[in-house]
Parts: sequence; C-alpha cells; structure tokens
Amino acid sequence: MSGRVWIVLQQREGQLHRMSREAIAAGQRLAAELGASAEAVVLGAGIGSAAQAAAGHALTRVRVADAEALSHYTPGAYVETLAAAMAAESPDWVVFPHTYQTVDYLARLAQRVGATVIPEATGFVRDGDGLLFRRPILGGKLEAKVRVKGEGTAFVSVQSGAFQADSATTGSAPIEALPVPAAAVPDREILGVETVAGEKLDLTKVDVIVAVGRGVGGADKMAPVEELAKTLGAEIAASRPVIDNGWLPRDRQIGSSGQTVTPRLYIAAGISGAIQHTVGMKGSQVIVAINKDPGAPIFNIARYGIVGDLHEVLPAITKAIREGRG
Amino acid sequence: MRIAVCVKQVPDTEARLRLARDGKWIEEEDLPFVLNESDEYALEEALAITEKLGGEVVVFSLGPERAKEALRKALALGAVRAVHLNDNAFAGGDALANGRALAAAIRREEFDLVLTGSQSDDLGWGGTGSVVAGELGWPHAWLVMGIEIEDGGGSARVTREMESGMNEIFRLKLPAVLQVQAGINHPRYPSLKGIMAAKKKPIDDLSPTDLGLSAAGSAASRIELVSVAFPESGGGAEILQGDTDVVAKLLVEKLTKEARVIA
Ligand SMILES: Cc1cc2nc3c(=O)[nH]c(=O)nc-3n(C[C@H](O)[C@H](O)[C@H](O)COP(=O)(O)OP(=O)(O)OC[C@H]3O[C@@H](n4cnc5c(N)ncnc54)[C@H](O)[C@@H]3O)c2cc1C
Ligand SMILES: Nc1ncnc2c1ncn2[C@@H]1O[C@H](COP(=O)(O)O)[C@@H](O)[C@H]1O
Repeated sequence: MSGRVWIVLQQREGQLHRMSREAIAAGQRLAAELGASAEAVVLGAGIGSAAQAAAGHALTRVRVADAEALSHYTPGAYVETLAAAMAAESPDWVVFPHTYQTVDYLARLAQRVGATVIPEATGFVRDGDGLLFRRPILGGKLEAKVRVKGEGTAFVSVQSGAFQADSATTGSAPIEALPVPAAAVPDREILGVETVAGEKLDLTKVDVIVAVGRGVGGADKMAPVEELAKTLGAEIAASRPVIDNGWLPRDRQIGSSGQTVTPRLYIAAGISGAIQHTVGMKGSQVIVAINKDPGAPIFNIARYGIVGDLHEVLPAITKAIREGRG
Repeated sequence: MRIAVCVKQVPDTEARLRLARDGKWIEEEDLPFVLNESDEYALEEALAITEKLGGEVVVFSLGPERAKEALRKALALGAVRAVHLNDNAFAGGDALANGRALAAAIRREEFDLVLTGSQSDDLGWGGTGSVVAGELGWPHAWLVMGIEIEDGGGSARVTREMESGMNEIFRLKLPAVLQVQAGINHPRYPSLKGIMAAKKKPIDDLSPTDLGLSAAGSAASRIELVSVAFPESGGGAEILQGDTDVVAKLLVEKLTKEARVIA
C-alpha cells in the first residue's frame, strides 16, 4: 500500500490545539502502516507560530492556509479551502482531531468532496489488505470495528486520548503556502464568546469530588450524595444529563463541555462512563465507581468498583466513614 | 415558520445490551427503543419557536417500522405531520447516506429551518445534520445551545457550545440546519390529549424510489460495520464483593489504608 495521508490541525490564536499533536501521532502511525507519506495542513490568519510548531514533526510538509477569511473558524470558509486543496490532490486519508470544531464541519466537507468519514476513531488494526478502525458506540457501552469500502478519500477523526501526543515523531518539515480560494467566505457573523456557567465554581482545585450521573434519578434524590460529600468534605459534581435535566447547576458539569478535574479522589455514582465524561476526570488519582450495571464502562477506568444501587451504597459508605472515625 | 425536525429512534441507554449472534450488531429482540435524547431537545426547540412566531413542525425519521413509535411521540408532543423513510433499502446507512436521504425528503416541501439532534446515541456519527445542510446548500451549526430568530425569519442568532465551558455566539442566514445539543431547553412531556390527537395525525411512508434515490442505506455508504464487542477493560476496577455494609466498610478501609486518599 502507499498513498498520501493528510493531517488537518486545529489552532487557536496561533497555538496548536492539544489534540492536534495527537492527530499528528495518529496520522504518522497511519502513514507508517500504509507505507504512505504524511503531511499537515493548518488554517487561520497570522498563524506562523502554529505552522512552526507543526513543522517540528516528521512530515513531508506543512501547508498553511493564511487569510483574513479564516481568522475566525467558520464552516463556510474552512470547507471551501479544504475542498479546493483536496480537489487538486485527492489525498487517500485525512486525519482530524475529534474536536467540537472539527465535527462542526467534517461531515459537510465529506459531503462536499465525496469523501467518507469515520468519526471518533480510537485506534486501528490491519485487516488483510485494509484497515479496521475502532470507535465507541452506544455511549461507550460497546466498541465497533468499521472498515472503508470503495474508492476515494476517507476522513478519520481521532478521539481525545486515543493517541499519545508525545508519541508523535519529531523532525523538520518545510512550510508551504496553501492557496485560499475566493469561494472561501465566512458563513457566520461572529458576535462573541461567553462562559456557559456565568459565575463559575472552580472544581479544578478540589481534593475530593462526589460526582453523580443520571442514575441518581432526580433532583429530589440528592440527599445521600450531599451526606457523603459533607462527610468527606467534598464538592458535588455531575455528568451532563444531571445538569441538562436541571438537577444541578451547569458549573458542576465534568467532561468535554464542562470542567476537567484531577482530584485525589473522584467518586462516580450512577455515571456510565461515556468518553465525553471521562475526558474530564480520568486524570483523578483514585476513581471509585458505583453503578448497578456491572458492564458500565466506568468500571474500566476506576480503581475500585461497587456494583449496586447508589441509594443504598452511598449511605453505607457515609456510615462506614463515620464509624471509622469513631 | 415551517420547521422540519429529524428524529431517530435508538436503543434505550439504560438497557442491558446483548450481542447479536452474528457479532455485527446488538440483539434487538426485547430491546426497548426511545426517541434519541438530543432530538427531544431539537423537537422542543422547534415547538417553542412555532408557538412564539407561528408556523408548524413536521418530523422526519429514517428507520424500520418500529421508528413509528418515535414519530408518534413527536406527534403527541405537537408536530403536525410525520414523514417516515421506511424501506429495508434504507438500513445500514452512515451519516452521508442518511443525510442525503433525509435531505431528499425535506426538499419535497418548503421549510425555513431544519433542526436535528447533535448526535445519535447509538451510532453517533455526529454529522447527519451537516450532510442535510450540504445537500440543501444551507448554512449549519453543530452543538447549538441557543436559537433566536431575528430579522423576521431572515437570520438567527445562534449560541454554539465550545470545549471547556465556553459558548460561541454568531449570526447566520436562514434557512439553515441547526444541530441542537441536549440541555438547550426543558422538553415537555406528552399530554393524554396530545397522545389521543397523535393517533389521527398523518405519517407518510417514503421509499428510496419515491425520493428519486438510486441507492440508500448500506449500498450508499462507504463505511461498513464489521463487528461490535464489549470494550476491553483498561486494567479494570477491583470490584468489591459482599453485602452493601461489607463492601462499604471494605472501600473505606482501602481508601484509607491502601490508596491513602482519605484520612
Ligand atoms: C458533544 C457532546 C458533549 C458532551 N459533553 C459532556 C460532558 O461535558 N460531560 C458529560 O458528563 N457528558 C457529556 N456528554 C454526554 C455523554 O456522551 C453521555 O451521554 C453522558 O456522560 C452520560 O451521563 P450518565 O453517565 O450520567 O448517564 P447514562 O449514560 O444514562 O448512565 C447512567 C448510569 O447510571 C446507572 N444507574 C442507574 N440507576 C442507578 C442506581 N440506582 N444506582 C447506581 N447506578 C445506577 C446506569 O447503570 C448507567 O450506567 C456529551 C455528549 C456530546 C455528544
Ligand atoms: N435515521 C435517522 N432518522 C432521522 N434523523 C436522524 C437519523 N439519523 C440521524 N438523524 C438526525 O441527525 C442527528 C445526528 O445523528 P448522527 O449523525 O447519527 O450522530 C440525530 O440527532 C437526528 O436528529
């Protein structure tokens, strides 16, 4: 096999996104597996420093689309710029970091250029002549293996943490300009940014967190959680559905759209362990999972697990702590 | 405003899953199915907009016969009509195949706005709405956490979620496709009156031929689902065994003496 692998990097204000390096690592691995070459593309305005950072890797080249129309990300300008580049060179594989920005335009770009998409890949293995990609489905309860059929470009977006940023091979790549077509015009009038939670509660410096998920069952069922948190001197946090349902305020959300925490102890009760939650807490020193489903993926990253109803288990833990203190 | 909402029927996330014998999918017998979570928020948003500004909501779903339950629920909540892309040939499609088929159905009528969920809770392509937008040639946005219709329906002020607790706010031209994220509103529950009324509301079935599509479903997709499996545990937790009081004591002992994270 041979061919060409592109890696589309994400930057903000000239800094590469954390997951861009993970995408470089993934793209390099894919290219090595295929006997292909890997090159990177980065879009923006005045992004020389991002290009430099990318050029410090073993890549055949780094191409930079630098234009005022790309100063703020918009799907209109990004899709047209990348579509023109792809029409000219038809890469075989294009690797993207699976970020909220990428997903916003990825399928649209695929639709535009006639590519296919494997979103949220967590790895790949060789399968005869081709490759099998792994991706989580059904909230991470299962993992699917998928394969690309037919001819044409295939996009792969790689999930956070699936490839290690520091496993990317360093090197020195030439930087070239990528032309930005006249059709690349923003299709959004940017008005600004806001913090979601307003006055934000900072959970990043908290030592002990008791987090609850949908399994808690309602805003009126929070008492055992509050009791345990009080006993431990802990803060209460939650998965997204708890917040979406209005059972707790938004500033207590942990995960890709919420806070990223690394406490000494994180107790996850009634949380299934979807990737969008675990990216925000898997760096905790000790994770305890309490879930009535023994197959819940949260048990894969926890150090200690208890299979049971949190409404029985949490009060029992509170009691055991109090008794232990005599 | 006339608003189209795409809704998908998916397995209940609470359900215990079993693998199908061929290892290619899950066993669907006795599996409870529900309306996809973010789609409930999309539907609520559409209903709220039409209640405020006038207009109506039409729901679209691609799926097997059982998807009618999801459409009936949407009708009970207030949609006036439903369109069901219901044919074996639609099975096994990815975001590109399904997005193209849904766009072909939506294009048969005039709409000012299309709302979808942000992600399906089963296959989670996260892109079906973007493909619909591309097919229609309309602007789109993913992870929408706020919609304000402006300019007499000519544009919308959209709030979009970014990573780590930030939102981005921008204006885009209508018609557009907005992919609504869970948490944007508080979805209503169906009323008994709504459920009764839904029984009389029309659901039109469409096939690929009706839509002028030469291929659909797996035949129109370049992604093939080869197998599904329970994920390998990354080391995995030490599962504490015993009665509730026993495991609770054991955990506290481990946290104090072994992990030393509580005093
Ligand atoms: C773009 C995007 C961004 C997202 N951002 C975030 C984010 O920032 N944070 C986040 O958390 N999620 C986020 N999500 C949602 C995420 O994908 C999952 O849907 C969510 O994390 C699931 O929350 P949960 O575990 O509480 O609920 P579920 O997945 O429904 O799990 C509930 C769990 O509780 C268990 N349970 C039920 N009853 C009991 C009981 N009595 N005792 C013990 N256990 C019980 C069940 O077995 C189940 O495992 C995002 C999703 C998308 C698409
Ligand atoms: N089969 C389908 N029928 C109707 N709408 C769908 C279907 N598949 C996806 N959608 C819509 O597209 C959104 C994103 O789904 P997905 O691209 O599968 O993650 C969903 O929330 C639905 O609103």
